Amino acid sequence: MFVALRDLRFAKGRFALMGAVVLLITLLVTMLSGLTAGLARENISAITELPADRIVFTTSGDSKPSFSDSRVTDTMWREWQRVPGVSTAERLGITMGRVASGERGTSAAVFGVENVRDGEVVLSSGLAEELDGKLDGNPGGKHTTVRILGRDFTVSATAGSASYSHAPVAWISIGDWQRTAGQDAVATVIALRTSGNPDLSGADARLGTTTVARDDAPAAIGSYSSENGSLQLMRGFLFAISALVIGAFFTVWTIQRRADVAVLKALGASTGYLLRDALAQAVVVLLLGAGIGGALGAGAGALAGNTVPFVLSAATTAVPVVVMILLGAAGAALAIRKITSVDPLTALGASR
Amino acid sequence: MTLPIPLRLDDVVLTYPDGDRTLTALDHVDLDVARGEFTAVVGPSGSGKSSLLAVAAMLLTPGSGRVTVAGHDVSGAPQAVRTRIRRDHVGVVFQQSNLLASLTALEQLVVMAHIAGASPRAAAVRARELLVAVDMADKEHKRPHQLSGGERQRVNIARALMNRPEVLLVDEPTSALDHERGTRIVSLLADLTRENGLATVMVTHDLATLPLVDRVLTMADAKLSGELSEDGRRTNTDLLAAPMGVGE
Repeated sequence: MFVALRDLRFAKGRFALMGAVVLLITLLVTMLSGLTAGLARENISAITELPADRIVFTTSGDSKPSFSDSRVTDTMWREWQRVPGVSTAERLGITMGRVASGERGTSAAVFGVENVRDGEVVLSSGLAEELDGKLDGNPGGKHTTVRILGRDFTVSATAGSASYSHAPVAWISIGDWQRTAGQDAVATVIALRTSGNPDLSGADARLGTTTVARDDAPAAIGSYSSENGSLQLMRGFLFAISALVIGAFFTVWTIQRRADVAVLKALGASTGYLLRDALAQAVVVLLLGAGIGGALGAGAGALAGNTVPFVLSAATTAVPVVVMILLGAAGAALAIRKITSVDPLTALGASR
Repeated sequence: MTLPIPLRLDDVVLTYPDGDRTLTALDHVDLDVARGEFTAVVGPSGSGKSSLLAVAAMLLTPGSGRVTVAGHDVSGAPQAVRTRIRRDHVGVVFQQSNLLASLTALEQLVVMAHIAGASPRAAAVRARELLVAVDMADKEHKRPHQLSGGERQRVNIARALMNRPEVLLVDEPTSALDHERGTRIVSLLADLTRENGLATVMVTHDLATLPLVDRVLTMADAKLSGELSEDGRRTNTDLLAAPMGVGE
């Protein structure tokens, strides 16, 4: 790093410019990562927090599982309960609808589940806040009754911050859901808890269903797939752009340094020494740029977290920074490989 | 124990492809340079002087013949070995000083030790000694653009000596300097050659500085020539005796 550090000091304007570009791209990637995770959480947390390890959908033909198209019949549910290795098979009904308290109302995801009593509702904290902000799980409180899809329910509790398809969640009994949602199906999907190694594909083939792991089920939420896919694509492009920009910068820089590299080679520096030196230079720029950019992104995310869905975690801050550094270093490595082709003979007067 | 001749070229032939034909840059060249001996090679442009230097510096591999540097036969050595031998045993003084713009005068020397993996502390001590030797002690923190041509060339020479080479190869050291500064630089090279027991080969157009060297050889049409002296070695005594100030 002897020459690398001194080049950084000597050409500080150029490297500061490059570092600023890395910083800004990392800031953007970090904020986008936090926002992507935040939006995903608002889209899928009610599913990923289910106490189940598999979700059973009904599908027709080759269609992919979809929460909006799935309709579970009573027969299917009972058959799934009998599948060896299935500990529990609980019906889960999902409908989007309006939930109101007095004059205040909002759209919510209405989940029909098996562990809520008929006539009662459990509200997610987000929904409770939207309705009043004072329910706080107090069934004897000010607002003990909410209206869901035209029927009154008594609030028994508020629990968790789950949301589905960007809407807060109200959990009612599956019986109420069947009556309220006005559907002929007994549920939308079946939530399984399994043990051992059950023959799920055999049961799917027999019952005309499709079973997926719980953590893969969000793909069956239409808005999640398109939204998350778009954001991940943007993130991917930013990573690619950063690698290309860094590669382009170090390509030009290496070309400018060809004469110096030839001199160092003629003086006895090995190609490996020069490659290490140049790569270390790129890594210093990346560490500083991406490190500061990541820290700024985390800080901005923490500030914005109250107003926009933003997840501040290692996955949304440290991982983008590390990926930026690795991809940037890869771009720089491709650029500085030109060092290998520099002929030390050009350092001698006759060829210069 | 007899130490090996630091630099020896035996029957070296170097050719370049040039379109459909082949150009001969070195035509059966023999050369040996003893410790403490300052040898100058003169000749017209295109005569093969720089090729001779490049072969001696192991930057070019001859088609045939043998090149021995510090006792190592490097004729067929792989590039990594030639690079290591050049680093450890050969100093190169470039025509243009070729100093790195980002380094101070002191750092131009220390980087040589860094390349060789030597201790930075010892390198700084050695570098300061050399800057004193080339009369640049008060300029150690100056960068190349803050130095005159002659000062840059002095740093260039000090840098070449940093790793205690046995062979010093000097490429047209006075081409960018006026007569007075050029003479001082060659005089410095002559002193350093003797003080450090170097085998120095200087390629030059500057005939005025030849009285400062021990031996002069002429390069013409890819052949190295000189009168055979009493010790069986070749030199050009007439050029060696040329009065100062005569030449290009």
